[in-house]
Amino acid sequence: MNRLDIRELVIDVPGRRDGRALTLSVEPGQVWGVLGPNGAGKTTLLHTLAGLRGPRAGQVLIDGRPLAALGRRQVARKLGLVFQDRHDGFPATVRETALIGRHPWLSAWQMEGGEDLRLAEAALERLDVDHLAERLVSTLSGGERQRLAIATVLTQAPQIWLADEPTNHLDLHHQSAVMALLAEQAAEGRAVMMCLHDLNLAARWCDHLLLLYPDGEACWGPARDMLVPAALERLYGQRLATAEIDGAPVFVPVK
Amino acid sequence: MPTPRHLLWPPLAVLALLGLAALLLSVTLGSAALSLADVWAVARGEGSPLARTLILDLRIPRSLSAFAVGGLLAVAGALMQVLLRNPLADPYVLGLSGGASVGALAAMLAGLGGAVITGSAFAGAFLSTLLVFGLAHGTGSWTPSRLLLTGVVVAAGWGAVITLMLAISPAERLPGMLYWLMGDLSYSRSPWPPLALLLVICLLLMPLGRSLNVMARGPLQAAALGVNVRPLEWTIYVVASVLTATAVTTAGSIGFVGLVVPHMLRLVLGNDQRLILPACALAGGTLLVLADTLARTMIAPEQLPVGVITALLGVPTFLYLLYRSR
Repeated sequence: MNRLDIRELVIDVPGRRDGRALTLSVEPGQVWGVLGPNGAGKTTLLHTLAGLRGPRAGQVLIDGRPLAALGRRQVARKLGLVFQDRHDGFPATVRETALIGRHPWLSAWQMEGGEDLRLAEAALERLDVDHLAERLVSTLSGGERQRLAIATVLTQAPQIWLADEPTNHLDLHHQSAVMALLAEQAAEGRAVMMCLHDLNLAARWCDHLLLLYPDGEACWGPARDMLVPAALERLYGQRLATAEIDGAPVFVPVK
Repeated sequence: MPTPRHLLWPPLAVLALLGLAALLLSVTLGSAALSLADVWAVARGEGSPLARTLILDLRIPRSLSAFAVGGLLAVAGALMQVLLRNPLADPYVLGLSGGASVGALAAMLAGLGGAVITGSAFAGAFLSTLLVFGLAHGTGSWTPSRLLLTGVVVAAGWGAVITLMLAISPAERLPGMLYWLMGDLSYSRSPWPPLALLLVICLLLMPLGRSLNVMARGPLQAAALGVNVRPLEWTIYVVASVLTATAVTTAGSIGFVGLVVPHMLRLVLGNDQRLILPACALAGGTLLVLADTLARTMIAPEQLPVGVITALLGVPTFLYLLYRSR
């Protein structure tokens, strides 16, 4: 089982009323997109689901066990999170940054071994950053760092993926490649949930959507039920024109 | 680089050899210079009684104390830097040494000596720890910049208290207090407690090394990768406090070792804490042994406080390395 159950969850956004509690399940094979305007609580939601901050109410279950009852290490073996922000502390190379993804799998006395290195190299190659392996992270471009962050979680090999704007800073080709990677993870039986700003990527790649409104309201369900122009226009406070291209709906903001 | 295990040993072996060489040098040099042959004779249980006293009772204990204090300070500095993700952090910047100094000076001012000074310095360092971490935490977040600022302000406060104590203390106690404030190894007694502590702490930190590497990426990233962040942060802070308090009670307050040694090593060896922490113990020890040898010999038979030497060595080295790394 690789499932994430969210029960009566109210995320803790300071100064906001509770709104609608979330009850939904991210099941193996599903790709969930979280949509909402700036400040709607998308990042807060993902951090709450990863156990990095407490909810105001409700609970999160991984494979039926409450998040609060699991140790951090157990959670990290099950669930990986691609962060939106990254901070450079000390200088580190691309390869060693990907290798920290193995941390939850190694005991305290163990050193990273050949198998760990192989996983990291494979992840770097998959994200098209293997040629940068020896470079310092601080010298990378925004898009290269983004791909490295995803490669780190790929090295971590979680069964549940949470990704906070995984296509940030990426060019069109790498946007598609990253979405294909996440879809592939789901197709292999993992559960995927990601925050997105790009409606069209969500429409093309996600099978379920969660819409978060700034006032705490929310609605969720299969993507085809959620991609209603009127609901999306209310979500973003923006008029949209709709067309269908290549079998998926496309939304374009209009003046 | 996450250093493969077999690559951990060569740098540590080189540093250990350098440390031994520095210890040997410090034993032969001094107001009365001894040859290596004299040292060898004493090591075999022979040699003149004077040489035996000089080496076994004076120079070896003092050099070992210097080694232990340097190692303790460098490891404490390296830990603080990981904790705050800031290469400029060090026990002195965060006010630990200030607290320890106030504790020790208060005991001296009261005319107490020996174990009371030690205990009082420990109390001061821990009070400082609680103050800095308690205030920096407050109700909100526990950000490195907030912690660093709180540390700097608390350190400034301790500085004022030290000045006040010096101002009201009787003139005959002033020279001892001043020397102690600048760092002086001539008051240190048995080198074994700090050396044992250094060894124990290095062994205890070994299994935490990889967690510390992940911590250096920031607390959220570390938590997402399975690190229990808050307990680890407290462990680092308490261990660093114990190390600093021990160093300060052994030799007074010596600056720059905790700042310069980890930084120099990181430039050369990378930033794997499993290598850096033991390397800091060895290199910090070596540096302070050499500095203390210089302090004893430069204007012999007069002695300089070793803190002056570490500052004179440390500041230009640090600036040069910083300049070269650009």
